[in-house]
Amino acid sequence: MREVNTNKIKVDGLSLATGRAKFTADEEFRGMLYVKFLKSPLAHALIEDIDDTKALALKGVKIVLHHKNTARIPHTTAGQGYPEPSPYDTYMFDSKVRYAGDYVALVAAESEETALKALKLINVKYKELPAVLDPRKASVPGAPVIHDESYASGIYDASKNIPGFVEVKVGDTEKALKDSDVKAELEIETHYSQHAPIEPHVCITYLDEKGRLVIRTSTQVPFHVRRICARVLEIPEKNIRVIKPRIGGGFGTKQEVYLEYFAGKVTLLTGLPAKVELTREEEFTSRTRHPMIVKVRAGADKKGKINAIDMEVISNTGAYGSHALTVMFNSGSKCLPLYKTDNVRFKGTTVYTNLPVAGAYRGYGATQGYACLEQVMDMLAEKCGIDPVEFRRINHIKKGETSPIFAALGEGKEGVAQYIQSSTLAEAIDWGLKEIGWEDRQPPAGKKGRFRKGKGMAIFMQGSGIPLVDMASASIKMNEDGSFNLNIGATDLGTGSDTVLAQIAAETLRVPTENIIVYSSDTDMTPFDVGAYASSTTYISGGAVIDAAEKVLDQIKAVAARMLKTDKENILCENAFCTNKANNEKRSYSEVGLYSLYMDDQFQIASFGSHISPVSPPPFMATFAEIEVDTWTGKIKVLKYICGVDCGTPINPVLAEGQVEGAAVNGLSYALVESYIFNEKGKMQNGTFQDFKIYGIKDVPPMKVKLFKSDEPTGPYGAKSVSEIGINGPMPVIANALYNAIGKRTEKFPLNPENVLRMLGEL
Amino acid sequence: MKIKIVINNEFKEFNVPCDTKLIDLLRDAGYKSVKRGCSTGDCGACAVILDGKLVNSCILYAAQTDGHALITLEGLGDINSPHILSKTFAAAGAVQCGFCTPGMILASYALLINNKKPSKEEIAEALSGNLCRCTGYEKIEQAVLKAAEEMRKGE
Ligand code: FES
Ligand code: FES
Repeated sequence: MREVNTNKIKVDGLSLATGRAKFTADEEFRGMLYVKFLKSPLAHALIEDIDDTKALALKGVKIVLHHKNTARIPHTTAGQGYPEPSPYDTYMFDSKVRYAGDYVALVAAESEETALKALKLINVKYKELPAVLDPRKASVPGAPVIHDESYASGIYDASKNIPGFVEVKVGDTEKALKDSDVKAELEIETHYSQHAPIEPHVCITYLDEKGRLVIRTSTQVPFHVRRICARVLEIPEKNIRVIKPRIGGGFGTKQEVYLEYFAGKVTLLTGLPAKVELTREEEFTSRTRHPMIVKVRAGADKKGKINAIDMEVISNTGAYGSHALTVMFNSGSKCLPLYKTDNVRFKGTTVYTNLPVAGAYRGYGATQGYACLEQVMDMLAEKCGIDPVEFRRINHIKKGETSPIFAALGEGKEGVAQYIQSSTLAEAIDWGLKEIGWEDRQPPAGKKGRFRKGKGMAIFMQGSGIPLVDMASASIKMNEDGSFNLNIGATDLGTGSDTVLAQIAAETLRVPTENIIVYSSDTDMTPFDVGAYASSTTYISGGAVIDAAEKVLDQIKAVAARMLKTDKENILCENAFCTNKANNEKRSYSEVGLYSLYMDDQFQIASFGSHISPVSPPPFMATFAEIEVDTWTGKIKVLKYICGVDCGTPINPVLAEGQVEGAAVNGLSYALVESYIFNEKGKMQNGTFQDFKIYGIKDVPPMKVKLFKSDEPTGPYGAKSVSEIGINGPMPVIANALYNAIGKRTEKFPLNPENVLRMLGEL
Repeated sequence: MKIKIVINNEFKEFNVPCDTKLIDLLRDAGYKSVKRGCSTGDCGACAVILDGKLVNSCILYAAQTDGHALITLEGLGDINSPHILSKTFAAAGAVQCGFCTPGMILASYALLINNKKPSKEEIAEALSGNLCRCTGYEKIEQAVLKAAEEMRKGE
């Protein structure tokens, strides 16, 4: 029997595909209030006065909240483990606004229309301040200070608008660069974007019959929601229950905790249910991807062996420092170990600007880092006169090898040393070469005419959870029919983790997956889990499920041994049966379950399991693309897109492929079309799907994804992570293909017609 | 105002303000498979079938459907007797978060009732108004092809 490494249909697949699954907004609550926000029209301003009298007088308005009537509790909205490595620089409301869109006040009213009407009746007097709209100018002397408040904490250097900084050196990069036969250098700029989950953020709060606050919310991090809300609302965790229903996509943006406490506050003050639901336009300025300036310098010897890599990053976190330090760290820690060299330097500076707030987004800094690093690797290869694929073969990290960066750089602090214990990257590269027809690749020099084709490739790694930080747990109990309840804190936001974790439980317990009843993410009912982020769920939560299941299996064996009058060591469990190896006598799991609950020396067969990992084994990916550029219009057409991925042994191959395909298409959309348009006040101008295009089905190029199975000894049944890595591919791969087509390096993303024409010297 | 609509083959009467959007009428009446992703007619999460044609219910007034027939995903089947499309979507891995799924399945259904053997291009055309941020569309296309095949077999 094999329950893992098979394509089980998602445990929630049919309830979703018949439209019956309940998302946050799909439950009705009597007397529910609608919460709407008044947002700042200015990028940077002091609120001199706020008058809510007229709004409060409007019939149907229950409450108006703003900085004058709420406590100013410093916190971070980053849904990270405690203590969060993000600064406490955010308040429910403050007397200062720091970006166009910052929350000034909220109205809770009996209807949405009334709430919207009331917003217009709030009178605010602003004193406009000079704003920082260019991350390169955030730290120059005399720049306006965005977080000058005394009550913030954890900011690296508030006076220079720097929430986070790190510099790590291994060896002597400068000397190694000087001694290198060939050198290459590139600085790139990546752009703002948004996760655009099709379900915008939504949250409903109400009081249960004991007066406790229930928060029903579209979150990736229910336990962090409970902890952060307890802090901001100044009530103990025990008075809060967080329920995660079905989630309509997250990709990192629902790792932020910035709506739940507003609804919670309204409910606590009025006793009534309250709902906050962002509009699509609000979603666009809720949390975004950190735009970065990435500069890489690297050197190699003539034979193509890398001597040194130096990476400098300026990351723009916008008005608040959510994930400010850690996303920037990951640009180094998830990219640099990919290449073996003794001389590495990483310098990262995160800056505040008066622009929309950045946060966690699938890829988490690695996406931005690779966009530069993988172009520089191509540049070095070219200077060495070596094929880019061969250059990577010479230098990429392989099984049994390590990188000093693993220990030097983690997430917001040092990392942990680790050796690569599984990798099929080499196979993925070999396959991709054939798929794209690499041997026909021609250098750019001879390419003429309006339409020019190019081929590019790049390789990648990510991680599997945050080592020694991320903890997950699971509980399993056996029922009298031999079925099991698997309760997990892990958060399925569409990734399929409920299914994957059920498969892991089934495999360990030796039963069909259909016998596992999964319930996830309810802080009253399920044990703790840090939540769905950092590519951790299969790897970390999977470990917790194995731990719990093994303990339960042991109890099953003990009961069966009693029933069969033998020792537990003689019991073999398979296909939901216990067999006495000595005489082949059998008891079914349902007989064992019934016996344990009703017959003799009764007890509940059940256990908890927990897991943390000392390592974070990277998944690997080789990506290839062929493009055609229209040099008249600047439009890039992707002719073929190929991803070979090593995610260990996939628990559910179809779901794993789906993660790569989804991430690849999201990444292509980001690399080629998505972009924010700001006015001179830093206000985003294109907050609808009409003006902010994301890929639809017709935009998807011919694509091939293939998994290259490896066996990760530290992972559950050989698995590593898979959810993030795919999104890193498009920017550098398309950029390398574009170079192959037109002989120009990409310095500014996205690769939309405007930027491509600029590269061609046509704009 | 009073309006009469046939929803999923059931005759219904509503009394709603004349500026009520169809999405609100449907969701308030319990048809929660109709999802809200944008309210501007750009994502297809709220799609329903009106007289055999796919429409976005967030940009229609409920009154515009007075005297017409609507289908929501609830009308195609339930978990005990799911429609072939629901089955192939679940089996193909075409459902990740599932938020776009009701609209996607209805768009596919609207295609398949008129075109028993759609090409990949025809599928892309039919689903081009429906955004999915999770799947990358590959498995959705496979699910529709598979459903078409099974529906042909079933005839
Ligand atoms: S909600 Fe109607 S099209 Fe998006
Ligand atoms: S499955 Fe999530 S939006 Fe399509």
